[in-house]
Amino acid sequence: MNLPRRIAALFRRSSVDREIADELQAHLAMRTEDNIAAGMPPDAAARDARLRFGNPTATRERVEHVDIATGLDSFWRDIRYAIRGYCNAPLFAIVAIITLALGIGANTAIFQLLNEVRLRSLPIQHPEELVDIRIIGGNQGIGVSNSYYSSLTKPVWQEIERSHEPLAGVFAWSAEFQNMQTGANVNDVRAVRSINVSSQFFSTLGLEPIAGRLLDPEDMAAACAGSSAVVSYTWWQSQMGGRAISGAESVVLDRISYRIVGVTPPRFFGLAVGENFDFITPLCIPQNVGREYFDVGVMGRLAPGWNIDRATHWFTAASKGIFEAALPQGYNATVTEQFRNFKLGAYLANSGVSLLRRNYDSSLWILLGITGLVLLIACANLANLMLARASARQREIALRMALGATRTRLLRQLLLESGLLALFGAFLGIALAQVFSRLLIRVLASTDENLALNVHTDWRVLLFTSGIAVLTCTVFGTLPAFRAAKADPIHALKTGDAHAAGHRERYSMQRLMVVLQVAVSMVLLVTALLFVRSFRNLMTVDPGMRENGITVGGFLYPTSTITPEHFEEFKHQLVDEVRSVPGVSNAAIVTMAPLSGGSWGHLINIGSREGNSHFTWVSPTYFATMGIPIVSGRGFNDNDTANSPRVAIVNRAFVDRYFPGENPLGKTIRTQAEPRYPATLFEIVGVIPNTLYSDIHEKRSETMAFVPARQFPSEADGRGTQLVIASSLPSAIISEEIKRNIRAKHPEVRMYFFDVHERVLKSLLKERLLAILSGFFGALAAILVMVGLYGVVSYLVTRRRNELGIRIALGSTRSRIVSLVMGEAGRMLLVGTLIGTAISLAVTRSAGSLLFGLKTWDPATIAFAITALAAVAFSASFLPAFRAARLDPVDALRRD
Amino acid sequence: MAKNDLQGTLELLILKTLAQNTSLHGYGIVLHIERVSGELLRVEEGSLYPALHRMEQNQWVRSQWALTETNRRAKFYSLTAVGRKQLAITERAWEQTVKGVQAVLHFA
Repeated sequence: MNLPRRIAALFRRSSVDREIADELQAHLAMRTEDNIAAGMPPDAAARDARLRFGNPTATRERVEHVDIATGLDSFWRDIRYAIRGYCNAPLFAIVAIITLALGIGANTAIFQLLNEVRLRSLPIQHPEELVDIRIIGGNQGIGVSNSYYSSLTKPVWQEIERSHEPLAGVFAWSAEFQNMQTGANVNDVRAVRSINVSSQFFSTLGLEPIAGRLLDPEDMAAACAGSSAVVSYTWWQSQMGGRAISGAESVVLDRISYRIVGVTPPRFFGLAVGENFDFITPLCIPQNVGREYFDVGVMGRLAPGWNIDRATHWFTAASKGIFEAALPQGYNATVTEQFRNFKLGAYLANSGVSLLRRNYDSSLWILLGITGLVLLIACANLANLMLARASARQREIALRMALGATRTRLLRQLLLESGLLALFGAFLGIALAQVFSRLLIRVLASTDENLALNVHTDWRVLLFTSGIAVLTCTVFGTLPAFRAAKADPIHALKTGDAHAAGHRERYSMQRLMVVLQVAVSMVLLVTALLFVRSFRNLMTVDPGMRENGITVGGFLYPTSTITPEHFEEFKHQLVDEVRSVPGVSNAAIVTMAPLSGGSWGHLINIGSREGNSHFTWVSPTYFATMGIPIVSGRGFNDNDTANSPRVAIVNRAFVDRYFPGENPLGKTIRTQAEPRYPATLFEIVGVIPNTLYSDIHEKRSETMAFVPARQFPSEADGRGTQLVIASSLPSAIISEEIKRNIRAKHPEVRMYFFDVHERVLKSLLKERLLAILSGFFGALAAILVMVGLYGVVSYLVTRRRNELGIRIALGSTRSRIVSLVMGEAGRMLLVGTLIGTAISLAVTRSAGSLLFGLKTWDPATIAFAITALAAVAFSASFLPAFRAARLDPVDALRRD
Repeated sequence: MAKNDLQGTLELLILKTLAQNTSLHGYGIVLHIERVSGELLRVEEGSLYPALHRMEQNQWVRSQWALTETNRRAKFYSLTAVGRKQLAITERAWEQTVKGVQAVLHFA
C-alpha cells in the first residue's frame, strides 16, 4: 500500500477504531516509561513492553471484534459498507431510489389529501365532543334547501336552542356567499364567504380571538340590523394588512353594514373542510321567518356523561314536539304529516362537514389503491433488480460466509442495504408528495373557486409513509436477502458460478414476480380504461338541447322602486333589452337554469293519481334559445299571461310516466299547495323531447313541466330574474357587453353571469381527474411491466445460452429459438392476465358508482387491456428472443 | 454448579480491582493486580482489553478519557452499579469453584 492511500485509510477509519489504537498505544507507552524509570535502556524497555503485550495488531483486532459484534458501531459499519456498495453501482442505487421516491411520493400525496378531507379533526378544543344535529334520512325534498350543509329550518333551530339537554353548548350556522360592496354602484361588489352564526358559536367551539374580540350577545341581538363581524385570519392578513383592530373599520355585506371587531385564530377555517371563510356575522332570524327554508346547520358539544347514542335517543324522542312547533304553513296534509314525523339524530362532527369529502372521498380511496398497486409493481421490479445484484455478489457473500460471517449477520447486512434504499426513497418521497399534493389541489382549485385546502404533514402522514416504506422494503428486500443468505459457500466458491444459490428456485421467483406484475398492471389498465371511457361517455352525452354558447345571466334589483305588479313587465323588458344587445342571438327567462346543479319540483295530481315533477317557468323564447323542438302541440306565446288559463309544456318522460299511450294534449295536471305556491291546474299544450335537467350525470330522464314565466305565482315573485342567453361570442365577452348595456339603462340592476358549458365541465372535474390520473398510472404500470419482463427474459436467455447454443448447433431454426424464448414470456403473460382478470372483476365492482354508461363487467375493456399487455409483452421479449436467435453456437458453447 | 472459566477469572480480577480503586486505566489494572498478588498473578495483557471492552458493552464498567500523573492521555475505567452487582455474583461463583476444586483435591 502506498503512503497516500495509507493516510487516506487512516482518516476513513472510524473514531472508534482510532480510540482503540490510542488506548493500546497508551498502555505500551506507559509500560515503556516505567521500564526506563526502572533503569532499562530505551530499546530494551520498548521491547519488553511489546513482549509482555503480545501482538498489538492481533489484540487490536480482538478488541475491535468485541466492539463490532455487540455494539452499535457495527450498524454504522454495515451502513457505510452498504453506501460504499451503492457508490460502486450508482446507477442501480439511483434507479432504485427514484423508483421508490416516485411510488412513495404518489402514495403519500394522495394520502395527504385523504387525511385532509377525511381524517383530520377540526382545529378546535376537544373536537371529538362536537356533534351535528340532522334529520335522520334528510328532509325528503320538502321545502327549500339552499346548501349541502344546512339541514334544518330556523324555527327548528329555535326549538333546539330552547331545550337541548344532551348538549353543553349548541349553535346554528349557515355558510354563504355574500356580496361585499366595493364601490358606489350595485355592481361594484365582490363575492366573499361568510358564516352566519348564533350566539353560542364561539363558546361552544372554544375559540379565542387572536386580535380584537369575538361577537357578544349585544351583536347577536342586533343581527338583522347590522352589527359586528369577525374576520378570518387569512382575510385579516391579506386584506387588512394585519393591522390592529380598532373597531372603526366596517364592511357592507349584502347592503348590511358590519363593524369589524376581531380576528379568529389562524388555524380555524370554519366547519366545512375544503372551504375557507372571510367573515363571521351574527345569524339574523327575522320575525316572519320562512318556515319551509332549510337554511341552517346545527351543531353542539356533548354535555359530560352523554354519548352519541344517548343524544340521538334524546333528540329522537324530542322530535315530535320540536317539529310540531316548527310546522310550515301552506302544505297539504300529507306533507305536513311527513314534516311532523321527522326525527332528529346526533352525528359525530369531529372532522367537520365537507362537500369536498362527499364528492372526492371514494375517488381518493381509489387513487390511493391505484398508486399503491403501482408501488407494488415498482417493488417487484426492484426485487428482481436486487435478485440480480445478489447473484452478482454471490462470490462476495460466499467468501464472507467462509470467513465466518453468520447467516444472521449477512441477512442483517442485506436487509440493511434494502432498508437504506427504502429510507432514502421515503425521505425523497415525502418531499415529492408536498409537490404532488399541492399540484393536485391546484388542479382541483382551478375549476372550483370555493376550494381552499391546506395540506399538512402530520403524524398520520408520517406514519403512513414510514408504513409503506417498511412494507416496500419488506417486499423488495426480504426475499432476495433470504435467498442470498441461504447460499452454499463451498459450492459457490468451488464452481465459481455466479448463480450457485439454487438458480432454478430463484429463476422461478423472478417469474413469479413478473406474473404478479402482469396481474396487477392488468387491474390498473382495466381501471384506467373504465375511467377514461366513462369520462368520454360523459363528455359526449347529448343533453338534448343547446349546451355550447349558452350563458346564464342573473339580474337582481333589490333596491329598485318597481312595484310587485310590474315585476313581470320589467323582466320581459329586460329580456328584450338583452336580446337587442349585439352578439346575442336569443334570450329567455328561466327560473331554474339547465345543467347548473339546482332543481325545483312540485307534487302533482293527475286525476286521482299522485306524483311529482320538476317545474320551470320560462318566457316564450326559451325553447328556441335552448334549441329544444316542440314535438307536438304549441310553444308559449305572449298571450299566455297571468290572466289567461294556466298552461304547461311537458317532456316525453312526463308523458311516458303519467299518460302512457295517450295523447297528453288537453290533459290537466294539478300542483299541490305549498307555501307561496298555491295549488294550480295546468292544461298541457305542448310536448318536448327528453332533455337533461340539472346534471350531466343524470342516468334517466327526469319528468319536467314548463310553465309561462308570466304565470309565475305573484306571492313567490321577487326582485330578480335569471336569463339563458344564446350567443356565438365567448361567454366572457358577451357577458361584459350585456353588463355594459344594461348598466347604462338600469344602474340599480346587479348582474352575474356563468357559462353553462363551463359549469358542466366543472361538474366533470372528478371524472377528468380520475381518468387522467388512472390513465397515467396505468401507462406507468405498463412501462414498469415492460422493463421487468425485459429484464427477466434477458436473464433467461443468458442462463440458457449453453442450451440454446446446443439447440442451434443441432439444427434448430432461428424462428424456433425465437418462439421458444417468446413462448416463455407468453406463458407468464397468460397466467398473469388470467389472475389479473379475476382480480379486476372483483375490484372494479366497488368503482361501479363512479362509472357512467358502463358496466363494471365490460368485455371490451378487458379485451383491450389484455391486448395492450400482450403488446407490452411482445415488445419486451422480442429483443432478447432476437438476440437468442442470433447466438453464435460456437461462441456460446465455448464460453461456459 | 457455578460456571467458571479463565475468562471469568480475569473479569473477576478486573471487577475487584475497580471496586478497590475508583478509576484506573488498563495498564493501572495490570500493575494493581500484579502488585496486590505479590507478583503471583500476571495478567495476560493481550486479553485484558477485549475483556474490558466486553465488560463495557455489558455496562459493568464505564470509561472516560483522562490524563495520568505523567500527563499522558489514557482511557480510565470505573465500576457501574450493574458492575457492582456482577462483582458480587462473580465473587460468589468463584468461592464455589474454589470450594469445589479444594474438595476434589482433598478427597482421600
